[in-house]
Parts: sequence; structure tokens; C-alpha cells
Amino acid sequence: MFHREGRYCVASFAPDEVRVLRKVATEVVGLLTDGFDHDDPVVERLFPDIYPEDARNSADFRRYTEGDLKTSKIDQAGAVLAGLPSATGGDVRLDAESAEAWLRALNDARLAMGVRLGIDHDTQLEEELDEAVLRDPTSSRVFQLSVYAYLGYLQESLLNALIDRE
Amino acid sequence: MVSMTAPQVAPVESPDVEEESAEERPWVTIVWNDPVNLMSYVTWVFQKLFGYSRDKAEKLMLDVHHKGKAVVSSGARELMEHDASRLHTYGLWATVDHR
Repeated sequence: MFHREGRYCVASFAPDEVRVLRKVATEVVGLLTDGFDHDDPVVERLFPDIYPEDARNSADFRRYTEGDLKTSKIDQAGAVLAGLPSATGGDVRLDAESAEAWLRALNDARLAMGVRLGIDHDTQLEEELDEAVLRDPTSSRVFQLSVYAYLGYLQESLLNALIDRE
Repeated sequence: MVSMTAPQVAPVESPDVEEESAEERPWVTIVWNDPVNLMSYVTWVFQKLFGYSRDKAEKLMLDVHHKGKAVVSSGARELMEHDASRLHTYGLWATVDHR
């Protein structure tokens, strides 16, 4: 988890964490590039219609802005990939600009996973995880839910480190 | 930064002016509640993008959380579209509407 050191947000990552972060950031890049599909609910969430009741104006707006938004999201996921230590683990030191890119990228990754996992307003993450473990502790859902929870804690710790002006 | 003060248009009787004032109705950027974004993050984004005080940003975040949505800025249509785009970069679910 992140903490503040001078002007930097600093965290130490174990090999497992590096692997997971590399995987989720790579998946986000994948769904923004080769896998880009407007019918994918994740894409619908990351690129919302700006006029929900006006498909034509939404499409017009999308035509002018989608490229830039996609580029921003690829860049911020790229900032995570570029900032991660090697597979053996190590420290990450982020200045304010990089920390903000990481915050946005972690948020995109959580949004994507949230859609895939069916997270809604009634979801109690711990209960959801307990149930999934009871059904099958080795399932992909258990892994995905725990990664989703981990990303939430990581994002919160980075935000706290960033706004800690002391 | 976008000006946050909505134009104060006095109610008028003349049909001509009424038409004009309808065109000048401010547009608004709306942020909708979603089950993933962290409350602390949403507050920070409002401070960051709109220069709001922590109190104001937190109140807006709580409005989104409890009421399902909140108007976060108002003004010319192009500015609202710009605001919504910036919010999309941060992963917030933002739309544009007439007040």
C-alpha cells in the first residue's frame, strides 16, 4: 500500500502484486485497442453516452471525442505498466503527476472488473467473496473478486498518500 | 475553470424575450451514482477538476451517493461537454442535460 515520502507516493510491491497489476493494466489496454467493442458493457461504462436520451447527439459527440478519451485511458494504464518494478518486486515512487495517472488507471481497472463481476449497489464485497470461496475456493471468481478488492485498497491508499500534504 | 454561476434570467412576459431566454437556459453536467467509484476518489475528482472546496466537493459526492445523481457544473453547452469528457477520463459517469 502507498504512503507519502516527501513529494512522492511510495509503495513496495511483492512479486504477486506486480504480476496482478501488470495483468489488469494490460487487460485494460487490450480492451481499449484490439478488443475495442462498443457493445462490450465495459466499454459502455468507460465511454458513457453524454446525452442518454439523444442517441444522435451522443454519437456526434463520441465521433469527436472518443479518440482522445481512448488515448488518455491507454496512457494512464501505460503509466502503471511503465512504473511497475520488475517481476521480482520492489518499490514504486510516484510524483504527483504519475500518482494521478495511476489513480485514474486503477479506477478504470476497477470499473472494468466491476462490470465483469456484476458489482452493483447491493454488493457486499466481503460476503460475495466468502460465498465464492465456499462454492469453490479455486475458482476464477474468487481470484477476480480478491483482485478487485485489492485494487480498491490500493487506490484508496494512493489517494490518501497524494492528498497528504504534510 | 468553468464559471459556476448560472445566468440569472429574470422572468419576463414578452414572447420574444422568453424565446431568447429559453435558448439561454443553462446546460448542466450531471454525475450519476455507480457502485464502483470510491467516495473519497469522487470527492477528490470534484476538487481537482472544478476547484471546489473540500466541503463543497464532499456535499456533491454525498448527493450523488444518496440521490443517485448531482449537478456538478452549469453553463454553456460546450463547456458542459468539456466537463463531462474530463470526468470520463477520471472514470466518473457523467452526462449533459438542460436544467
